[in-house]
Amino acid sequence: MAADSSFKIVIVDESPIRAAILNEGLRDAGFTSVEHISEMHNLLARIYAMDPDVILIDLENPSRDILEQMFQVSRAVRRPIAMFVDQSDAASIQESVEAGVSAYIVDGLKKERIKPILDLCISRFNAFSKLQDELDRTKSALEDRKVLDRAKGLLMKMKGLSEDEAYVLMRSTAMREKKKIGEIAQSIVTAAELLK
Amino acid sequence: MTDKSLRIGFIPLVDASALIVAVDKGFTAAEGLDVTLVREVSWSNVRDKLNIGLFDAAHLLAPVAIASSLGLAQVKVPIVAPFTLGVNGNAITVSPALHAAIMKEIEGNPVDPMATAKALARVVTARRKAGKDPLTFGMTFPFSTHNYQLRFWMAAGGIDPDEDVRLVVLPPPYMVDSLANGHVDAFCVGAPWNSVAVDFGVGHILHFVSDILARAAEKVLAVREHWSRENPLILAKLIRAHGRAADFIEDPAHREEVSQILAKPERIGVDAEVIHRTLVGRLKVSPDGALRESSRYLLVGREGAARPDPVQAAWLYAQMVRWGQAAYSSEGLKIARAVFRPDLYDAALGQPAKPAHAVADGVGAFTGPDFDGDDIAAHLASVAIKRVH
Repeated sequence: MAADSSFKIVIVDESPIRAAILNEGLRDAGFTSVEHISEMHNLLARIYAMDPDVILIDLENPSRDILEQMFQVSRAVRRPIAMFVDQSDAASIQESVEAGVSAYIVDGLKKERIKPILDLCISRFNAFSKLQDELDRTKSALEDRKVLDRAKGLLMKMKGLSEDEAYVLMRSTAMREKKKIGEIAQSIVTAAELLK
Repeated sequence: MTDKSLRIGFIPLVDASALIVAVDKGFTAAEGLDVTLVREVSWSNVRDKLNIGLFDAAHLLAPVAIASSLGLAQVKVPIVAPFTLGVNGNAITVSPALHAAIMKEIEGNPVDPMATAKALARVVTARRKAGKDPLTFGMTFPFSTHNYQLRFWMAAGGIDPDEDVRLVVLPPPYMVDSLANGHVDAFCVGAPWNSVAVDFGVGHILHFVSDILARAAEKVLAVREHWSRENPLILAKLIRAHGRAADFIEDPAHREEVSQILAKPERIGVDAEVIHRTLVGRLKVSPDGALRESSRYLLVGREGAARPDPVQAAWLYAQMVRWGQAAYSSEGLKIARAVFRPDLYDAALGQPAKPAHAVADGVGAFTGPDFDGDDIAAHLASVAIKRVH
């Protein structure tokens, strides 16, 4: 395993599931010292107490601006921190921003030693958003299903149709009006509510 | 010409108003631009997404545009600002306890920043003698006007901002909570957050930043310098749409409508009445309802505010040098000044016939000699407390 297991890594993420996915990936890759911060109060003090080599933060987190303070040389900052990328590595910042994650490292660490961590991070973040998308799609499919069933029930009751006939009627109407069957079902439900 | 699609990032603050109104009133569409506004949660995100091209343009802190062009603490990406979205607009809000402590110590007019800064210095000294923790001040970003305005003010009273108090970065939406639960004693932030703190009874507005500097470029419309050269016609259209929006906002007859537009949840997402106060410049400054009015609280376009002024860029660069964020070089000053592009503004909107404001040096600081944007050394020589490398 090429991973440098001595690196201390802190994940700053308010999503416990995403943090867990990332944590697992890092441990599988041989990084044993991984901690997770989900509570943003006193963020800098917490980070300094953990004294990490690498900090990973999701881009939906407004507290990212707080981390930028660690670049500054001031009394509040014990170890200067730098953003992961340097001038020669524009591609990795692009990839990580698109994936929704940013990495900060202790100034002076060799970037090539950190690269595997960031790569892993990017792939796990991408995997997480794919999962999230699937979940959203399933949810909306379920929602469509519910509306469809209600519309079917309304048609059966009001027009005395069988379940199959009600479905065929909605489907043929959808085809004729070049609409989705879900939209037809929604308009039936809406109309029924208005006419109640 | 076909519509050009643009993605523009912004942070929900009142000084994004020219951008938001340009889009929501259809001024960008009238120029043939199809703009999608993307609301962001941090300045770091806005900066990075602009730098790598996920955004074509952005509502950006003026000092971040300069820091990005200089490659300070970030990847070096030259940025240009062809339009200033807001001049002034920040305020310093303090907790009721700190307000009482300052008022007990004050000699002179509480609207005079020198009087408050000296009173604050006495409060700081007394706390140190009593063995109490130093006061904590919140600001929005290391490269922010808020950071420099707080430092400029307190240093004038003899406070070393790096030694005598703590300055911490806080995202604007967290400011009010942090003041309420005592994590900070004061903050400097833009609208609407000062008013929100006063309304919740957890803060007193001690100063409008226009008390400290008569003119302070706050946010700019920022684009990559490379993009500006590749897309000159689109940029001119974008500037024109912003010019129309700024005029629209500054017309008192439109203030209600503008407040409604900005208040929408997908834009700034706070009460329209709170936004209206900041546009008018009549703010409740104390939980007891005391009002203060200033015609200079926030300038969106009027008094020539929208036209980028390189002396503002020079002042911000001078603060970066003063506080050790940048090592001075004449090349650095040149790069900083060149971020602000009145030439691009003039090409799109026409050159003003005469100076639109009466501030002699363009900055109007409450203390110190006039600022000369070509002589940073003189500015640094005039201040006692500094961290010059």
